[in-house]
Amino acid sequence: MYSRKIEVVVGAFILLGMVALAFLAIQVSGLSVKSAARDTYQVTAKFNNVGGLTPRAKVSIAGVTVGQVTAIHLDPLSVRAEVVMAIDNDVDYLTSDSIAAIKTAGVLGEQYVSIAVGGAPEVLEDGSTITDTQSALVLEDLVGKILTSMGGDK
Amino acid sequence: MLDYLQRLGRQGMDVAAGFGRAGILFWQALWGWPDLRAGPGLLLRQLYFVGVYSLIIIAVSGVLIGMVLALQGYTVLVRFGAEAALGQFVSLTLLREMGPVVAALLFVGRAGSAVTAEIGLMKATDQLAAMEMIGVDPLKRVIRPRLWAGIISMPILAQVFNMVAIWGAVAVGVSWLGVDAGSFWSNMQNTVEFREDVLNGAIKAVVFGIVVTWIAVFQGYDAVPTSEGISTATTRTVVYSSLAVLAMDFLLTAVMFGVK
Repeated sequence: MYSRKIEVVVGAFILLGMVALAFLAIQVSGLSVKSAARDTYQVTAKFNNVGGLTPRAKVSIAGVTVGQVTAIHLDPLSVRAEVVMAIDNDVDYLTSDSIAAIKTAGVLGEQYVSIAVGGAPEVLEDGSTITDTQSALVLEDLVGKILTSMGGDK
Repeated sequence: MLDYLQRLGRQGMDVAAGFGRAGILFWQALWGWPDLRAGPGLLLRQLYFVGVYSLIIIAVSGVLIGMVLALQGYTVLVRFGAEAALGQFVSLTLLREMGPVVAALLFVGRAGSAVTAEIGLMKATDQLAAMEMIGVDPLKRVIRPRLWAGIISMPILAQVFNMVAIWGAVAVGVSWLGVDAGSFWSNMQNTVEFREDVLNGAIKAVVFGIVVTWIAVFQGYDAVPTSEGISTATTRTVVYSSLAVLAMDFLLTAVMFGVK
């Protein structure tokens, strides 16, 4: 039967397309049900300078990813950058004196937020703010400082 | 001088009329009641001719393009010691641009030209007129299944192209050049986003599918019914569709990935 063969081949063709899309979704873009539905809570931190930090950047403690940056905007009162982060719910031991720092992975790598946990008894709740922050290292500023200090020696 | 102006006006009217005919054809062929007597068999057969037959050229070109991208990307990235970013480079290039565009251009050459030639020949041998005589609407019987088959096949082919090309890149980058497989995949997964990259690429493929089959079907239907007319129409299909794909690609890229 000629048309039966066509039906099967066309069906296989469409299934192949779906497999390809699934491959691109899961293997290439790393989409997984688990990470999408992960329970998180929000923590805000204010930085003088966020450098090249972008939304979806990693938030890590001791190099282990515990969340991601969801939004960056300017706080009009303090004129500082406000970084909103979504932290996994099972990481519920961030103390109120934790320090958030913007760091770079490698020379050409992406920037991420690194949190160092302190020793205070209170922990951060949903919607609370990290007060101790360390801004991104801007290479131009650093070069400028070195140049002025070299000039001062003469 | 007046003659020249007259000719210019005439040409302008011709162009406008051509676009008008194409628009009416598209509208009439795409919508309306399906031809129930023919059943879904017509569409299936066209999917077979337009989609399945294009699979081999798409898959082979995909592997080769993935391999070339990996090789080129590697030689540049390794100078900065950033060869771990190869996966990111290859997958973003493919998903956002190369996949839909190259698949569409191959599709034009493989399927678009064939559709134009087939419909043009049907017209030249009075098959379309004969259909009308026996009360079968050639728009429904001939044009619509081909149009839908092209629109459905194009995104499938583009996704297959992307998948196969990434495998080609893995073969060259990981197996041959020795990029670490773990960092290749994790770097890719960290930067590629499903909605932003995969879905936008798929939308591009759908748009290209519409544009390419529309042009192919119209050129065939509108061809001068002589052997010379069919050859002109086939050439026009390839030239117009390729240009339309590239122009649409720029527009879509500007809208999707442009500076916000």
